[in-house]
Amino acid sequence: MTLAAIIDAAPTPAVAAATAIAARTRQLAIAGIYRAGSGHPGGAMSCADILAALYACELNIPGGNADDPRRDRFVLSKGHAAPALYAVWAAMGYVADDVPLALRKMNTTSQGHPHVLDLPLSETSTGSLGQGFSAALGMAMGLRLQAIPARVYTLLGDGECQEGEVWEAAMSAAHHKVANLCALVDYNKLQSDDRNANIMGLEPFAAKWRAFGWHAVELDGHDIPSLLAALAEAAAHAAGPTVLICHTIKGKGVSWMEDQPLWHGSVKMKPEETRDALVQLGAGDADIAAWMA
Amino acid sequence: MSAPSLIASSGDSLREAFGKALTAAAETRKRVVALDADIAGGTGLHHFRKAHPDRFFQFGIAEQNMMAVAGGMAATGLVPVVTTFAVFCLRAIEQARLSIAYAKRNVKIVASHPGLDVGPDGGSAQALEDLAAFRAIPGMTVISPADSTEMALATHAVLDFAGPVYMRTGRSPARAVYGDGHVFTIGKGHILRDGGDVTLIACGVEVARAREAADLLAREGIDARVVNMATIKPIDADLVAKCARETGAIVTAEDHNVHGGLGGAVAEALAATHPCPVEFVGVRDVFGESGEPDELAEKYGLTAPHIAAAAHRAIQRKRHG
Repeated sequence: MTLAAIIDAAPTPAVAAATAIAARTRQLAIAGIYRAGSGHPGGAMSCADILAALYACELNIPGGNADDPRRDRFVLSKGHAAPALYAVWAAMGYVADDVPLALRKMNTTSQGHPHVLDLPLSETSTGSLGQGFSAALGMAMGLRLQAIPARVYTLLGDGECQEGEVWEAAMSAAHHKVANLCALVDYNKLQSDDRNANIMGLEPFAAKWRAFGWHAVELDGHDIPSLLAALAEAAAHAAGPTVLICHTIKGKGVSWMEDQPLWHGSVKMKPEETRDALVQLGAGDADIAAWMA
Repeated sequence: MSAPSLIASSGDSLREAFGKALTAAAETRKRVVALDADIAGGTGLHHFRKAHPDRFFQFGIAEQNMMAVAGGMAATGLVPVVTTFAVFCLRAIEQARLSIAYAKRNVKIVASHPGLDVGPDGGSAQALEDLAAFRAIPGMTVISPADSTEMALATHAVLDFAGPVYMRTGRSPARAVYGDGHVFTIGKGHILRDGGDVTLIACGVEVARAREAADLLAREGIDARVVNMATIKPIDADLVAKCARETGAIVTAEDHNVHGGLGGAVAEALAATHPCPVEFVGVRDVFGESGEPDELAEKYGLTAPHIAAAAHRAIQRKRHG
């Protein structure tokens, strides 16, 4: 191997950190879904690298404090990926592991879809597709009006982009040149019942965003360096909003879950499936034992 | 050719009173912003746009996005006032539910063009369901002021109130109910006229009609109390119970479906406190049609004689159990 190749292959500290956060995010999300007896594993796995890149390297949320008015905001518009959101917070140390592990349990803050009154880092309550995107736009406009130099990021599902409200918000963000807003799409090509293409085709997807006035970047949503480069490009684009169309694989990281529509929906994971998934995701024996107890 | 003469909003309408009051209130309330969906000329918001262009936000004909954006703006500490026609508030009600009420955002939803008061635009535009629908959302305060004076007071009150509010204005010229000195308090009904035989509880444009009905009843020797129940939620249950105890018969009147609005709120309060005969004046579970507001009020049973007739029925039931 040449020296250049070795240097290229060596992850930067940022990439190494995001990679570790992504692994822990996947593990805790699967554990939470197993303990809940329901939840959406496919879309949680597909967005774990995106969430990790954002929280580990991009978002400026000092101390994970959701009271700081200058913090960057992240809104999970595809609210059904809550298991991954709670997991990435725990991986970052912003919340205890109990938060992802209590997913969907009564009398906890770990609602099936993020609820801002329970978990302030949610920034808004989501779970009805399209609304988190609009709320994120409102935050970006509100911050801009008050001259607070924070940025707002929101993650949409691909199926979510069938909602009319998404395109209302897209039109509006471009019209108002809201450059402190960055949307990311977890483009895993699957939705609840079947492939996007069979339910309601999205293509030409990037062209749609561009036609709506957005700076659109397509990338591999599992490649941390690509994610970090695209996020930097979005931050540098001052003329208006940027969308990162992240090509992903639903169920990424668990071999038998990958690209299988069956694993989109709210599923009950069996112990043997969970154990195998956690092993594939690199969880340690002690964690597996504790989480599955 | 000269420019077409547009039908301007009436100087006496509640929407104009709202627009002017909001504009004045925003002078000192710097966190107030206003959101429009291409009908500022019709909602009274044109006054705000002119006076505070930096705090006026245009969202085009896309109410669902506008409603949820308001929730996001509120999350940054602003006090968004989101305005459109009442029927389009229904279109965006799920955004109001999740992004405003569930998230407990300090957003004021101000709906012009409610009820048959919309007039010639017809049934598609006449929201007769909004009070019921918004009343069913947890944490949502629902208000329908009676006249321009009260509208201005209510506009200030909702801006200073912490929490989500749905407030009706009105399209057509509104009859004056109040002079100077009226005090509006969210959650409190106001006895406009005392009486011991029956209580007429009304909101919005029906308040003036209820007062007129009390005059009709007085000529027949019936002493009717008139209550302006401008806050539909939370309903002033104490006042409703007091009226039931003291008059023994109640009529509700609203420019809304008889199901689920003011009448429903009053009946629920009575069922839990002091049940008595109640008659409901409102649109009887049908859609409206084109026509002038007064013509429609006559056809659909919302005028003073209809309220007076309902009072007779309520009193009859009181006497004969």
